[in-house]
Amino acid sequence: MTLIRHTLYMTLRHLRELWRQPWFVAVTLVQPVIWLLLFGALFKRVIEIPGFHSHSYIAFLAPGVVVMTAMFNAAWSGMALIDDLNRGVTARFLVSPVRREALIAGRILKEGVVVLIQSLIIVALALIDGASFPGGVGGVAVLFAVSALLGSTFGALSNGFALIMRQEEALIGATQFILLPLTFLSSTFLAANLIPRWMQHVADFNPVNWAVVAGRTATSASPDWGLAASRAGFLAVLLMVCLAFATNAFRSYQRSV
Amino acid sequence: MNLSLEVSAVETAIQAESLVKTYPKGVTALDGLSFAVAPGSVFALLGPNGAGKSTAVKILTTLTTPDAGHATVAGIDVLAQPDAVRRTIGVVAQGSGVDIQATGRENLRLQGQIHGIRGRALEERAQELLERFGLADAADRVARGYSGGMQRRLDIAMALVHDPAVLFLDEPTTGLDPEVRADMWSEIGVLARERGKTVLLTTHYLEEADQLAERVAIVDRGQVVAEGTPDALKRELRGDAIHVDLERESNGRVTSALAALDAVRDVTVEGRVLRARADDGGRAVPLVLQALEAGGVAVSSVRVARPSLDDVYLKYTGRTFDAAEAESDHS
Repeated sequence: MTLIRHTLYMTLRHLRELWRQPWFVAVTLVQPVIWLLLFGALFKRVIEIPGFHSHSYIAFLAPGVVVMTAMFNAAWSGMALIDDLNRGVTARFLVSPVRREALIAGRILKEGVVVLIQSLIIVALALIDGASFPGGVGGVAVLFAVSALLGSTFGALSNGFALIMRQEEALIGATQFILLPLTFLSSTFLAANLIPRWMQHVADFNPVNWAVVAGRTATSASPDWGLAASRAGFLAVLLMVCLAFATNAFRSYQRSV
Repeated sequence: MNLSLEVSAVETAIQAESLVKTYPKGVTALDGLSFAVAPGSVFALLGPNGAGKSTAVKILTTLTTPDAGHATVAGIDVLAQPDAVRRTIGVVAQGSGVDIQATGRENLRLQGQIHGIRGRALEERAQELLERFGLADAADRVARGYSGGMQRRLDIAMALVHDPAVLFLDEPTTGLDPEVRADMWSEIGVLARERGKTVLLTTHYLEEADQLAERVAIVDRGQVVAEGTPDALKRELRGDAIHVDLERESNGRVTSALAALDAVRDVTVEGRVLRARADDGGRAVPLVLQALEAGGVAVSSVRVARPSLDDVYLKYTGRTFDAAEAESDHS
């Protein structure tokens, strides 16, 4: 009970910050809109490659952009934590009875809300741009769920690294180093059967690809629910591991102060 | 049922025993620091920057752990039961702990919620503290726009939301303007008089320790080198200087008038100026004046100059406070 209540307090704290700077959500949408509309238009005819098996590139790309956006934004979650560390806000919480898990979970849940808003906007834009999602509302809901799982995982990782590194520059470096390779080592932009074989093998172990694969099949005409469920399951397990890592990272921080 | 409570009633509000803490780069912050604070008193850890005061506070408030040693707060072991300690203490850390993106009221509310205060009681407590610390008008403004003094007052208000038995103030006036500092001193003075509250204060301002604390521990290089009331510490020096201006020159009568007085020594008279030293100037002055009056010597004015904590620091550490500060800035 205490954990739930503390998590709620912390989530509300972060959502209030977001509420006071709503333009922040708009800023985070600039990149996905470029990916979706410009990249989508640029590679419009890529579906004509034999073996692509897709009726529209926008419809193919949209789940990938939703997943990517979730990851790209949540992965910066730790920056706000470093700000709190520098301002003494975290130290104040750590000498209070607040549960450590709540300090991480509050940030993750806030990222979840942001992911949801962004995903809705991206899907709406894709629909306006002529894409259709035969999987229907249920399929889109599954896409949002796996995006939220992936976003939360990266949010937890980012917070864990923030507590260990405690320096914005180091965290920026680490984040940049991880994000783009993970995106390209997946079927985000191109059908899995068309990417090089070694990349396919790497993609099998890439959480970004798990989310893309699950979201894409859920929104397709004939969803493979077994595939979607297994990938969502992998993501859920990974999220638990990353949450444990982030919560334990407070110890590393506390040893350093 | 109350028996167990009676038995566990604590004799010391804070107890630090031989605390040792070395940071990764081999910097020894604490080197066997020990002190004890009586319940309901104001206790100051006085020392230059880098002496180990803040590290001691971080250990006592459960933010970090010592490499060796033992500590209790309100009778609770800080290592064995950190959560129980956290429910008992209020902490104002060296930097601010204010969330500058939230309003003053929101900051207070969140602290209260964490300590399990809810609903009406929470709103009333927040409002009470906002008014008490002169923040009522700014209560619903985002703290980013607060002045340094306002943020500091909010910091203290946040530490008091749950009415903690033990309050830690780590360098509460560092970085504040002199005027704001004076305000803060009177505020801390009020806190100290609150029923039953124990206050541990760290400071590198000699005047601050002198003015606010009932007892002072002088910390140098991670150890307590002297401890006592500010007055007692100063009394251990050669004593106060008493300086009397006389109405007219009257050497012989002065000397005979004061000869029998035990309270003063080193009596010298030069022209119309009488100088003497006393262990306790405050107590000696009335006796001196009485003796002079009985001897028929008219006095125009009298002054007592007390040794400062600066002198005390010099005596115990072999260097002046300013030199120690400069040294820690270089390291």
